[in-house]
Amino acid sequence: MYGRVSLFVTCLVDQLFPNVGLAVADVLERLGYQVEFRPQQTCCGQPAFNSGYREEAQAVAEHFIRVFRDADFIVVPSGSCTSMITHHFFELFPAGSDLREEVEYLAPRVWEFSKFLLEVAKVEDVGARFEGVVTYHDSCHALRELGIREGPRRLLAKVRGLTLREMSIAEECCGFGGTFSIKFPEVSAGMARTKIESILKTGASTIVSIDSSCLMQLQGVIARMGVPLETKHLAEILASR
Amino acid sequence: MIISAERKQSIERAVADPKLQLAVYSATARLKQKRVEAVSPAELPDYQQLRECAHQLKKHALENLDYYLEQFEANVLAHGGKVIFAQTGKQVGEFIATLAKQRGVSLLVKSKSMTTEEIHLNEALEREKLEAVETDLGEYILQLAHERPFHIVAPAVHKTRHDVADILSQKLGVQREEVPEHQAMIARRTLREKFLAAGIGISGANFLVADSGAVVLVENEGNARLCVSAPPIHVAVAGIEKIIPRAQDLPVFLKLLARSGTGQRLTVYTSFLSGPRRAAEVDGPSEFYVVLMNNGRTKLLADSSKRESLFCIRCGACLNACPVYRKIGGHNYPWAYSGPIGAIITPQYQGLSQDPWLPYASSLCGACAEVCPVKIDIPRILLELRHEVTREERRQGKNGLERFAFRAYSWVMRKPKLYAAAGRAAALGARLPGMLSLGPARLWASQRETPKPAAASFRQLWRQRQAGRLP
Repeated sequence: MYGRVSLFVTCLVDQLFPNVGLAVADVLERLGYQVEFRPQQTCCGQPAFNSGYREEAQAVAEHFIRVFRDADFIVVPSGSCTSMITHHFFELFPAGSDLREEVEYLAPRVWEFSKFLLEVAKVEDVGARFEGVVTYHDSCHALRELGIREGPRRLLAKVRGLTLREMSIAEECCGFGGTFSIKFPEVSAGMARTKIESILKTGASTIVSIDSSCLMQLQGVIARMGVPLETKHLAEILASR
Repeated sequence: MIISAERKQSIERAVADPKLQLAVYSATARLKQKRVEAVSPAELPDYQQLRECAHQLKKHALENLDYYLEQFEANVLAHGGKVIFAQTGKQVGEFIATLAKQRGVSLLVKSKSMTTEEIHLNEALEREKLEAVETDLGEYILQLAHERPFHIVAPAVHKTRHDVADILSQKLGVQREEVPEHQAMIARRTLREKFLAAGIGISGANFLVADSGAVVLVENEGNARLCVSAPPIHVAVAGIEKIIPRAQDLPVFLKLLARSGTGQRLTVYTSFLSGPRRAAEVDGPSEFYVVLMNNGRTKLLADSSKRESLFCIRCGACLNACPVYRKIGGHNYPWAYSGPIGAIITPQYQGLSQDPWLPYASSLCGACAEVCPVKIDIPRILLELRHEVTREERRQGKNGLERFAFRAYSWVMRKPKLYAAAGRAAALGARLPGMLSLGPARLWASQRETPKPAAASFRQLWRQRQAGRLP
């Protein structure tokens, strides 16, 4: 199994959670991939798009397209950013617009990390070991726009030492929602608390997700609540031995 | 995004009200779970095909609305009924008030109808010295409490049985009764008198069937059927978007509506009303009117990108699924329609400038679209509306700071070196005392801890890693 993979680490991981990016690279290299990182990359444009600033989002999306136009596989440690590119770029560049063809060419080459492992690398067991009880948080865009539900759970099931315990409301939103989290901070944090209360009932000590943005929100509220939980990106679990 | 201080405080109050949170969360959780069971593959194997079918039927009906409205009118006329076209909600009130006065009617009974909530019909009739009594139990309780519906299908979902006991004893002067069944009996005794004395029964319409000229009503309490059969006159008030082409299309919608709304296979009562009592019939009204109301609907119809907002069959599933609705509650939505569907139709009916915050009151989680029985892409429409809000703000020169921030974002994100430098500067800056008091950071930190800035960005670590300098 070999091939070239280009990382789009997302701006959030680049700036705040670099270890997630390194973990993705570690896992992919262990599987025999040659991993590259293009330093011209920045953001996918989602913050502006979701806030209603389409022209601003378009400009950022154009930059993304220019950076990655000749990559074969682009792996992204985020369901939300992946969906921005594979779904919403089509709204930013409707049929007939200049970059439409480029978007059509690029979109199928963009892979959310867990989906890439299962569908391209075709591997469930990456040889990871993680001692602990974890629960999996379905991030909304991964779940509802990319249809990712069982995949990450299958990968977790193969991790030695790990016990997966489902919460009752795994599919309810954590409340992040990008700028929603600062436009409606009380509502957003209330949603996180509801989620965390459900997680506490599982007895898990670690929340796993494929989106660092959800984890940042949950971790922030966990710290404010003072409850004994930690958050980890799926890549960090799969990279641990 | 601009939101008034009153609205913001009201939202904060709702989130901080443990009694309200518990009442709404548990009731919506129950409805949500019942829906999941009712549309499960074991229960309804063709659920996804039904949704697609319903979507296509609504699409077709609305794209040919002129044809089907005329067909509907002709069929109602043929059965001896009358059809009134009302351009505005005000005209609906005027028609009913005039009719009541002509027939010497002072008491009207009403079955549950969001369309009449939308146009504040009760208040309009009250101004004409007419008494209109709600007969759906939840609506009746709210009418006594002078409140508007909190939820599209479960209007009093925010009231506990203790609240209901208070309302009934205070407003009706009856003994305080905590048991819901007994409370229902109190309402039933009072309402029976109203049914018998009323001169006009007003209903909404769940569906208008073009090929048979029938008004279809679904309900669980039987009050709607009484409303339309006991009084001598029946007036159905319906938005023009309620039309469906054929009677044979009904099963698709009836299955989806009950299962999505309350998790039932079918509602307890389904009434097909086509015209007044015929010569050989023993009951039913002697006069039958259908008021077809526009009230802004053609404006939505004209916008092909958001037209599907009119497909809604008012099942309320998106409310139960929506984590934001469940936190802020129905009364924080400014119009009769709450939840995700309210967030997309209110700005379209009433204009974007009134409540520009509405399309932003969503984490875009997509739970609404997932449960919508007619497949309205609510998140996509929310995003369209947000785009319209920013365009409007730009035109009016409002919200300049946010616009500037996104321009700056867009500019920096096209300059990788500047982006990298800005990122590091922000990380350093975040360690300085006082930085957390700045706008977005302060709003974030008002509710949660701020992530510690990474000592090095990924791109810095990557360079070290490639040079073999990372452990």
